Amino acid sequence: MAGSLNRPGLRAAALTLPLAAFLGVTFLAPLGSMLARSFYQPRVADGLPRTLAMLEGWDGASLPGEEAFRALGTELVALNRQRRLGVVASRVNRLRTGMRSRIVATARALEGVDPDSWREAIVAAEPVWAEPEAWMAVRRAGERFTVRHFLQALDLERGATGEVTAKPEELRIYVPLLVRTLLVSLAITAICLVLGYPVAFLIANARPSRANLLLLIVLVPFWTSLLVRTTSWVVLLQNQGVVNDLLVALGVIGEEGRLALVYNMTGTLVAMTQILLPFMILPLYAVMRAIPPEYLRAASSLGATFLQGFARVYWPQTLPGVAAGVLLVFILSVGYYITPALVGGRTGQLISNLIAYHMQESLNWGLAAALGVILLACVGALFGVYSRLVGVERMRLS
Amino acid sequence: MKRNGKRRSALRSRVCSASIWSLAVLLTTCLAGCGTESVTVVSWGGAYTEACRRALFEPFTAETGIEVRVDSFNGGLAQIRAQVETGNVHWDLVDLEFADVVRACDEGLAELVGVDQLPLAPDGTPAREDYYEGTYSECGGGGTFYSGVVAYNRESFPGAKPSKLGDFFDLERFPGRRGMRRSPVVTLEMALMADGVPPEQVFGVLGSEEGVDRAFRKLDEIKDEVVWWEAGAQPPQMLADREVALSTAYNGRIFNAQIVEGQPFEIIWDGQVLDFGQFVMVAGTPNYEAARQFLLFASRVESMAAIGRYISYSPTRRSGFDLIGTHRDTGIEMRPHLPGAPENLIRALRNDPLWWADHHEEMTERFSAWLAR
Repeated sequence: MAGSLNRPGLRAAALTLPLAAFLGVTFLAPLGSMLARSFYQPRVADGLPRTLAMLEGWDGASLPGEEAFRALGTELVALNRQRRLGVVASRVNRLRTGMRSRIVATARALEGVDPDSWREAIVAAEPVWAEPEAWMAVRRAGERFTVRHFLQALDLERGATGEVTAKPEELRIYVPLLVRTLLVSLAITAICLVLGYPVAFLIANARPSRANLLLLIVLVPFWTSLLVRTTSWVVLLQNQGVVNDLLVALGVIGEEGRLALVYNMTGTLVAMTQILLPFMILPLYAVMRAIPPEYLRAASSLGATFLQGFARVYWPQTLPGVAAGVLLVFILSVGYYITPALVGGRTGQLISNLIAYHMQESLNWGLAAALGVILLACVGALFGVYSRLVGVERMRLS
Repeated sequence: MKRNGKRRSALRSRVCSASIWSLAVLLTTCLAGCGTESVTVVSWGGAYTEACRRALFEPFTAETGIEVRVDSFNGGLAQIRAQVETGNVHWDLVDLEFADVVRACDEGLAELVGVDQLPLAPDGTPAREDYYEGTYSECGGGGTFYSGVVAYNRESFPGAKPSKLGDFFDLERFPGRRGMRRSPVVTLEMALMADGVPPEQVFGVLGSEEGVDRAFRKLDEIKDEVVWWEAGAQPPQMLADREVALSTAYNGRIFNAQIVEGQPFEIIWDGQVLDFGQFVMVAGTPNYEAARQFLLFASRVESMAAIGRYISYSPTRRSGFDLIGTHRDTGIEMRPHLPGAPENLIRALRNDPLWWADHHEEMTERFSAWLAR
């Protein structure tokens, strides 16, 4: 009896295996590797194992001994021959700017030599090796497991003796940007709700033919390329754009008083709201369509004003749609990056733009991963609070 | 039963058409790729890639029969690194800024091609001596000088016209918005030069904390008026729309707008920042031989000079400068439009790619923090 009940369940579960495998490969594995990258940095440790072993008992204040110099010299030359030196040098450079070219120059100068004193030869090649700070940078870069990306992502730094302090204010980037990202996402979500709710109501209560037309109007921009929509906002909002031209022609503003509507936070807010609006309207519409209009009529026949009827009868029934729409829009906007990059200018950038920068340009994938992890944690925490307040089980997409 | 059969035959015909489609797709990719040899060259897009197409890619195909496929990017090493590390290399050659050529070479992302293997100059001078000091590496080939300059739209200034780099920072005499590249490169150097630092001392001053502060203080003066651009094609567009009154830009893009499109733009050569780039072969390219042929072709003095007939960028080999001559489409003399022309070099800064290879990350972090404030 139990077997015959279980078998269809098993079969159904088996049918989801391809999806599970797909999720594993395209979602869980990258997520795991990102998590790992944020604290596991083996490159320098693998490249300079003997040097780092020599530095293990080093006091950090005086210069290390001849053996450490010999290990460094031979390992740098070997790395250079294998063409792996650049990666190691860049990693050390992140802890002490200027080390990249010095390490490369040291390796080149030592090529083919076998000096009596490695210490003299290395310091002659690059005097920086006479400073304990240079060795300290090598030792820190050689830590296989490190929290420095998380420190950096939280605008903290480790001092000479290892204590953790906040960076000077003019160098703090990531925390203010994270706060800004969350606030902007909240603002966009609120605007989408205010704008989307009446539209969804209109569509849900229109005659079928008109409802289809309205739905089409909501969906057409949804099907248009994101890039096209974003750049058309530039055309509309720029200094010499349609909106400003219209306002000038109507005499609302003067030629000199043209409004800065794009390449700033206004641009980001406007463009992202428009792009994310369908994600609010569609779940709202799905829920509203299922609410019989008789309920409102019944409320008014019992003497409720329209506002009372709305607040006590209609609105509570749309809450599952509101919850779903708010969550969708908020989570999508937290991770948005193309639109702010194109229309955000200086002040309209979000945290994902810096993550993209570290992925694509600075190639500091460890820091990008740490920022991603922190963002994920923030969203997770907010989701937790949200589901306590609203209740995920109440959320409905249709 | 009948319905079922109908459905099955509909399904069969759908499966059939799907397989025909995929076969067709396979065939076309094969037609494009299997028959002839080809290399994929990645460049910067816009007027510059167009110049490369006519000056380099087409003559190369005509000479060797190897087809050139063009892709474009916005610089940086990330895509190359991703391809090399995953062993899935589908770019064969990339046109990189020299700071990235150095890094790519050190990190083993580019194939080694010694400068001694590159073609001789027409008079027989070895390439090593023909290249300007510091413009060759162990990996690169070809090479063009370009320049970061300030340009303006004449129509934005009916009266006095800006003529010095300092005017870019002078909002009182020359009001209006400014366009600048969203990057510390060129930006910091120009700020210091405008603040009175002689070009030859710029990188020395930038080496100290106070020097960097000084550059940012200078930028503070115009910060609220700056529109930041990212792609090289943006500044001519913003100048034409009069979205900005003055903008930093690549000189070749402004040249193209002036000469080919007839825009009323002017270049301020005072305080220009000269830089250069090279082609490299991506490490592990499956088309090694064809890519190597392209690199050698692109390193010929004649090929390097040919680019200068379509856009105002000049070769990084000494013997190339005089070969350029006139613009292919309009017949104007190219010389006065080139960053390397003596009259344009009166106050010019040679960018230091090695300094930037070390400091790019640190400066970008400070720059981002400054921008966000």
